[in-house]
Amino acid sequence: MALDVLIVDDSAAIRKILQRVLRQTDLPVGNVYEASNGVEALASLEQHNVHLVLSDINMPEMDGLELLRRLRSSDEWKSLPVIMITTEGGKTRVLEAAKLGATGYVRKPFTADQIKEKLTGLY
Amino acid sequence: MKNGWLVNEIDRVTREVFTTMLGMDVAMGEAEVERDVPGPTDGVVALVGLTGAWVGIGSLACSAATACRLSSRLLMTEIAAVNDEVLDAVAELANMIVGGFKTGAEQRFGPMGLSIPSVVYGHNFTTRTKGTSEWTRIPFRCEDGKFDVHICLRPGDAPPKGDGQARVSRLQSVMARDAHPDFV
Repeated sequence: MALDVLIVDDSAAIRKILQRVLRQTDLPVGNVYEASNGVEALASLEQHNVHLVLSDINMPEMDGLELLRRLRSSDEWKSLPVIMITTEGGKTRVLEAAKLGATGYVRKPFTADQIKEKLTGLY
Repeated sequence: MKNGWLVNEIDRVTREVFTTMLGMDVAMGEAEVERDVPGPTDGVVALVGLTGAWVGIGSLACSAATACRLSSRLLMTEIAAVNDEVLDAVAELANMIVGGFKTGAEQRFGPMGLSIPSVVYGHNFTTRTKGTSEWTRIPFRCEDGKFDVHICLRPGDAPPKGDGQARVSRLQSVMARDAHPDFV
């Protein structure tokens, strides 16, 4: 079964890098959708069924933690795997994301192997 | 040198960003403390704000040619001239460097916030900050060219002394009185 993914980051460069890394894994990556903030992400999720979300935290309009909060409070998306990929490396933020129900956490800067390892651990 | 911890931290996070995301070593030059940031005569500057008990700005500045080379390497595509992709890539490099610095600075100063990056590109421009802040300029050299990381960091404004709520109420009273002369 193809793995459809939503990448949420206000940086087009990071979205491009993550697209590339996803295609380099052994996972059966299918459609990869992109959003530049939490508002766009929710709109995308209304249109497309995905199996995984990779999300930044610091974004305009709606940040990653608010996005996560909304996903976890919805019946439709409360079990959707969400990996936070962010410069926020402090313990407080990591714990906050964990409390809100993040499936995983990767700090920027990241290597392709770190992303692959996180995904392989999930699937 | 003054601000030795700051210079060491910027060196550490910059190396981490460049080796991890770009697969490239960097060499730090002699750091300097400056009153104002003169900025490049032309090129790209990406700025990221810091807030919390301590406030400031971090920036990454380089020539247009270096920005194109760094972006080409980051995105694994050939980019010959500055475009939106280049500006976004430089902004993200600044975001990771200043964000990494913030994580270390929080251990000294407590929780801090990070702004979304802004990026400027052009010719014959300078950058300034309001007030009399000191900047630490840390020059770097890598295979793709030279770049500078600047950091300005100072204690934030202290909260008002005394009963904050009483001061707000008094201010509201003054504003109401000025808006409505009959208000007592």
